[in-house]
Amino acid sequence: MSKQEIIETIKAKFAGVIEEVDDTLDLTVRIKKDGILDVCRFIHDAEGLDFDYLTDICGVDYPERQPRFDVVYHLYSIDKKHRIRIKAAIGENESISSVESVWKAANWFEREAYDMLGIMFDNHSDLRRILLPEDWKGHPLRKDYPLVTNVGEKWLEEKLRTHVPV
Amino acid sequence: MSEVQELIVNMGPQHPSTHGVLRLIVHLDGEVVTKVVPDLGYLHRGLEKLAENKTYAQFLPVTDRLDYLAAISNNLAYCLAVEKLLGLNVPKRASYIRVVLAELTRIVSHLVWLATHALDLGAFTPFLYCFRERELLLDIFESYCGSRLTTTAFRIGGVPKDIDNNIRQKIEEFINIFPSKLNEYESLLTNNKIWLERTMNVGVISAADAINYSLSGPCLRGSGVEWDIRRTEPYCVYNELDFSIPTGRGIGDTYDRYLVRLEEMKQSNGIVKQALEKMPEGKLMADDPRVVPPTKDKVNTTIESLIHHFHIMSEGFNPPIGEVYQSIEAPKGELGFYIISDGSPKPYRMKIRTPSFANLQVIGKMCENNTMVADVVAIVGTLDIVLGEIDR
Repeated sequence: MSKQEIIETIKAKFAGVIEEVDDTLDLTVRIKKDGILDVCRFIHDAEGLDFDYLTDICGVDYPERQPRFDVVYHLYSIDKKHRIRIKAAIGENESISSVESVWKAANWFEREAYDMLGIMFDNHSDLRRILLPEDWKGHPLRKDYPLVTNVGEKWLEEKLRTHVPV
Repeated sequence: MSEVQELIVNMGPQHPSTHGVLRLIVHLDGEVVTKVVPDLGYLHRGLEKLAENKTYAQFLPVTDRLDYLAAISNNLAYCLAVEKLLGLNVPKRASYIRVVLAELTRIVSHLVWLATHALDLGAFTPFLYCFRERELLLDIFESYCGSRLTTTAFRIGGVPKDIDNNIRQKIEEFINIFPSKLNEYESLLTNNKIWLERTMNVGVISAADAINYSLSGPCLRGSGVEWDIRRTEPYCVYNELDFSIPTGRGIGDTYDRYLVRLEEMKQSNGIVKQALEKMPEGKLMADDPRVVPPTKDKVNTTIESLIHHFHIMSEGFNPPIGEVYQSIEAPKGELGFYIISDGSPKPYRMKIRTPSFANLQVIGKMCENNTMVADVVAIVGTLDIVLGEIDR
């Protein structure tokens, strides 16, 4: 399927949800955040689209913009060999549906987006931090999180002070 | 009646068979695994945050530290992503050199996998054999770019150095002897009864599950899915080279993934051979003075080139505003860089999609169905993870 056909197929079904389409380099579709689960389920199942492979999910922080975050989904079709990038904007105190029910792989990718940027996912089976310790404060990939801090040393000091050997 | 209690065993982060600093919390009922919960992050260095604070050229050496067993693959994926963003065309000869080194890296990575995987399962000799051949390859890398592990072998826009006759001769020597070495490994393992017992029907994953869990590389092909980015979305010059994509027996167990990786080494050997034969003469760097610094002899002789060089190295270059995703078939699977550029010399956001991160997630699924605790070691080995690229 060509890029144009992919866009047409999605537009035919979700005219009100799509906000913007860009196919200059990679095919990118920006949608409303409430439609994410329906769109994902549709393009996963729909004949001809078959986006059965979730390449990646990540978050992007735009502190000056309202709503503040973008959640970016990279999808691929093993059978049809085409790619698409889906973006949804989400505010600081909002949450977005988890797509774990469509692709199991979404579990860890969403945990990482939560860990690094503090993006909340609804109906996620196990939304915990994944790379940082559970009692860590802050989300390091936010633009207002400094590059060089002593947060780590303070955290370690606290751990050593309160640590009780088993 | 005494009370039956679930036993929780902590494996790692310092356990040798976890291949790095992976911690697994294993729930046991007797010797049978009921649940495996991985705990990651012991090697987290915040590379994605670091990327936002470095220029494009400065971040290149950092990519060596992702999958440190296959640094050249990381360099390649990163360079391709930035080149896609800039719209740069890399000269043919440079692309061929990249393919040669990337395929040798695949062999290095698979050799370490085979060595440690076999060692974990009790076979000591393959470990010695594999590291013997790996040494030859690291010597080749050393003579090409001066370092063995953290190579930084490529530059944005091409390659810094030619494969001269000396290096070519070393590579040719290696590819001539390597098939017989592969036979040596196979004679030790492929029909070995203990090896078969330890790997067959262990860690089985079906093709549908493998796709749903976003497995890639040999882990996906071991389940019978013939998907290889070198074939489906050829980068560099893979469309001019002839190779086959092994898929194992189609069961999706540890033995299948073993067969796939062994065959891949053979194919890589063939690709290197073809690439050396077909390699055309030509330039090594793209012709774009905005991005590519002048050559060192010019820098040493003319003041304009010196200023030009200093300008690119200190301030970096300004790519167009936009975003790209570029992935390659790294030894462990799909390695992709997603770069958002705001037009400044530093990326606005860089997400690194690493194969090991996605591949490790399936461990919970693989350890279902009466997996024994000793098989967890086999499963960790067969996934071929490197914590450097999981934790980033």
